[in-house]
Amino acid sequence: MDNSSNMESTMDANTQPSQQGGNPLDEGRVGTNGLQTKGVHVWFNKHHVLEDISLDFPANSVTGLIGPSGCGKSTFLRVLNRMHEFIPGASMAGEVYLDGQEIYEPNVDVTAMRLKVGMVFQKPNPFPSMTIGENVLAGLKLANIKVKDKDSLLEECLTRAGLWKEVKDRLKTSGGSLSGGQQQRLCIARALAVKPKVLLMDEPCSALDPASTLKVEETIVQLSSDMTVVIVTHNMQQAARVSDYCAFFLSDGGPGSVVEADRTSVIFSSPSDTRTADYVQGRFG
Amino acid sequence: MNNTITSTVQPQRPWVNRRTSLKETLPAIVISAILSFGAVNVTGLAGPLGSYLAFILIFLVVSFLIGLRHDKVKATDKAMTTLVFAGFFTAFIPWISILFTVFKRGASAIYWGYFTHDMSVTSADDELNLGGLSHAIVGSGIILLVASAIAIPFGIITAVYITEIKGKLSGLVRVMVQSMSGVPSIVAGLFVYTLLVIGRGFSAVSGAVALSILMLPTVARTAEEVLRLVPDDLRTSAYALGATQTATTFRIVLPAARAGLITASMLGMARVAGETAPLIMTAFYSANFSTDFSGHPLASLPMYIYQNFTTGTDLALTRAWGGAAVLLGLIFILFTTARLAGGRAKR
Repeated sequence: MDNSSNMESTMDANTQPSQQGGNPLDEGRVGTNGLQTKGVHVWFNKHHVLEDISLDFPANSVTGLIGPSGCGKSTFLRVLNRMHEFIPGASMAGEVYLDGQEIYEPNVDVTAMRLKVGMVFQKPNPFPSMTIGENVLAGLKLANIKVKDKDSLLEECLTRAGLWKEVKDRLKTSGGSLSGGQQQRLCIARALAVKPKVLLMDEPCSALDPASTLKVEETIVQLSSDMTVVIVTHNMQQAARVSDYCAFFLSDGGPGSVVEADRTSVIFSSPSDTRTADYVQGRFG
Repeated sequence: MNNTITSTVQPQRPWVNRRTSLKETLPAIVISAILSFGAVNVTGLAGPLGSYLAFILIFLVVSFLIGLRHDKVKATDKAMTTLVFAGFFTAFIPWISILFTVFKRGASAIYWGYFTHDMSVTSADDELNLGGLSHAIVGSGIILLVASAIAIPFGIITAVYITEIKGKLSGLVRVMVQSMSGVPSIVAGLFVYTLLVIGRGFSAVSGAVALSILMLPTVARTAEEVLRLVPDDLRTSAYALGATQTATTFRIVLPAARAGLITASMLGMARVAGETAPLIMTAFYSANFSTDFSGHPLASLPMYIYQNFTTGTDLALTRAWGGAAVLLGLIFILFTTARLAGGRAKR
């Protein structure tokens, strides 16, 4: 699928001016689904793990977060939907904007915000007490959202997650009866059912076989037509295949920071930092 | 039954090495039995317990020596296996012994009418084909039900407060619940006697309140353990879907722990089903069949046993054993139902 043409049209549609500041990604692309961070720092107790992360995630695009293990990519992802605050001893500084709204402001309804920012975890985690169908619609049930046509929503979400054909005859069986790869796609379907504006994915394919990975990647590319996707991945080929933008995180013993963030094509072909070049070509990390 | 499988390969379990281990265990048992028989005659050990002890010790040595035919590791392994099995059987003996005694002694008290009659026209030392304990079964049922209706919701809510809400007081609540489990049952009975019985008279409700005091810590602590076992992944993914804490707790965490919560409730009920001391001061005893909650004394199985025991005649004692057998049987049924109900929840 040709992403770049898709990207251009999106960029034209979103002419809202960017908030000033050294945004490493293309400026002026923070549309209605846009996500933006400014000067985000993260600590676990006294341990400083992320330093001054300012990134723009242009609306309806896929941004890959790459970098070696332990540089704070997943932590950063959890800052974006306020899952970070569940970790005891966690603290942070800086601002995160969703649709221009700072999500850490005191009057923000956190659960409503999380409805807009879906998340897929590294490990598949379907709800064991629910059937496959109930799992997909769990988000709606938990947030007390009424839907008229549950069946078509169910089919739509499972189809988009690439799971419909495999489970359509056993929607009433337990989600735990699926294989690991199927469970992960079930979790993606579950995240899609609440129609989020942003989807955060933390290494969603690390437990999947190549065929399932391919399906999920196709889904990600399709999703980016009306959704902003942020994906953490250790797989360079995957980052190159699915993402429009890439941010390279690195920690030199100290807190992790963004070395370089740019269009994926630039990151992979002519990065400005030699460390980026070394990492994407597999010379370290 | 020949089906479509044409292969001649039979399913096997090559990791189960039964024949050789049996070949070595059987002689060991025989040798130890002979040796321990000799030992009991020679030494001061006597009676079944002495023979059992001698057999275990000698079997331990014999199995070690037989294992030595291979090597030291194998010998130690054999001796340890013997030790573990001996521990298992030793723990098992009192269990079997209690069951056996209760049902043997109680059997002659039990006939069909035992479950349909009460003791209103029968006295404790009448013949065993008269009277029964229907009043005690129903009374126990009522008291347990009311006690559960009080203690189970509060116990689970307490556990939710400690594990899910993690409020500022959760540490304190935890300690309080733990120390509550140390409250002697007679103290609970005395407390409720002062609170509810004085001026109002004995009643099933006051008995239930006393039992619920004893039941609450068991339910709360077990439920707490069970809720802790629910993976944090589930909570995290529910929050990430935009669920509130209430929705996460009631729709994700509690259903995921359903089987365990049923077990917690059952443990609580089993804990108090046989309590006698608090009932002496609260529900007391009545020989008449009744379903009256309040205002009147109500019979229960432990009190039925206690009443017959205090009467003390042979026939009354047999009735007490019969009551004990019925009580054990009811607890067994309670547990089995709970296990089945809990197991079905898993799907």
